[in-house]
Amino acid sequence: MTSLPKPRGRLSDAVLLALRELPEQPVERIDTEPESDDDAAVTLWTLHELAYRGFDEVDDGAEWEPELIRVRRRLEERLEASLRERWPGVPDGLDLERDFLDWVADHDGPSLARHVHSTATREQVLDLLRVRSVYHLKEADPTTWVVPRLPVGPKAALVELQFDEYGVGDPARLHAAMFARGMEASGLRADYAAYVDEAPVEILEQNNALSMFGLQRRLRASALGHLAAFEATSSMPSRRMAQGLDRLGFPVEMAAYYSEHVEADAVHEQTALRDICVALVVEEPVLEADVWFGAWACLDLEDRTAHRLLAGWGVAA
Amino acid sequence: MLLRGDHVVVDDDGVSHPTTRPVSAVCRCGKSASKPWCDGTHKVLPPKLRP
Repeated sequence: MTSLPKPRGRLSDAVLLALRELPEQPVERIDTEPESDDDAAVTLWTLHELAYRGFDEVDDGAEWEPELIRVRRRLEERLEASLRERWPGVPDGLDLERDFLDWVADHDGPSLARHVHSTATREQVLDLLRVRSVYHLKEADPTTWVVPRLPVGPKAALVELQFDEYGVGDPARLHAAMFARGMEASGLRADYAAYVDEAPVEILEQNNALSMFGLQRRLRASALGHLAAFEATSSMPSRRMAQGLDRLGFPVEMAAYYSEHVEADAVHEQTALRDICVALVVEEPVLEADVWFGAWACLDLEDRTAHRLLAGWGVAA
Repeated sequence: MLLRGDHVVVDDDGVSHPTTRPVSAVCRCGKSASKPWCDGTHKVLPPKLRP
C-alpha cells in the first residue's frame, strides 16, 4: 500500500493530478515552475518512485510517460546544478585509495547519532525514525540500478556488498526488512513511504540524489562514491544509535537494525572504496571526479538533514 | 582484515565464531566491542595504535 504524497506547491499539484488521471487522460504539457524547493523535491521524489514500487492509485505505465520523464529530467538538472554549485571540487592532492577514508573522517558535520546517543528525547528519536524510513525501507535499492552499468570487477564487488544488504538470501536479514520490524515494534507504521509527508526537503533531496545517481548511467560513479562515503560514516554512528535506542527503552528490534550495521558497514566501507570505487577508476580514470562528487554529496546532504532536524528540536548543531 | 567466504575464527578464549557474511572484517586493533569482528573502533585510535 503506497499512497501518493501531499502536494507542496503548483508543480506537485499538476503532476499528482496528471498521475491520478492516467491512463484515461493523456498527460498534457507541464511547464509549471516549482514554487519552492519543497515543491520540486516532492515532485521529483514522486516521479522517481514510479521506477521503484509505484503507487496504488497510479497506472504502472506512468513510469515511461514522455511528459513526466521531461519534468523529471528538468528537476534532476535543477538538483544536480544545486549540488555542483555547492561542491568545492575534487580535493587537491589526495589519492582516492590512500586518502579517501581520512578525507571522510576529517569531515566535521553535525551528528544526529551523537545526539541520539546522549541527549535526544524519545519524541525526537521517533521523529528521526519516521523521516529516515523514507530511505531505510528501500535501503540499498537505488544503488542496485548501477549493477549492469559496471565492468566485471566492480560489478562482482558491488553485488557481493548488495547481497549482504539484501540479507544473504534470508529475507529476515534484509536490511530494509529489519528496519520495518524495528518500526513496527516501536509502534510506528512500517509500510513503504508511510511518512513521506513529514519528510523535510533535506530528507527528500537525500533520497532524490541517490535515485538520480542510480537511475542515470552518466552518474554511475557518483552513485558508487556516495555508497563509499555512506558506508564509511555508518559503522560507529550505528553503534551510537543502537546505544541511544537502548538508553531510551526502544524495543530490541529497532536497536538490532543499527547493531547489524556496525559490523556490516565496517566491511562495506573497505570493499566499497577499494573493490568498487578504486577498481572502477582504474578501468575508467575519467570517472574519478564523479566518485568524489558523489561522496561529497552524501556528506553534504546528511549535514543539511542534521542541521534541519536539530534546529527543529531546538538543539545547537 | 577481510575474510571472503566461509571461515571460522577462534578467539583468545578458544571460542569459535563462524562467519555469516559474504565478506567479514576481523578486528586487528584489539579494541573492537564486537570481537572477533571489526566495529570501526580503529578509526578513533591515535594513528600509531592503528593496525
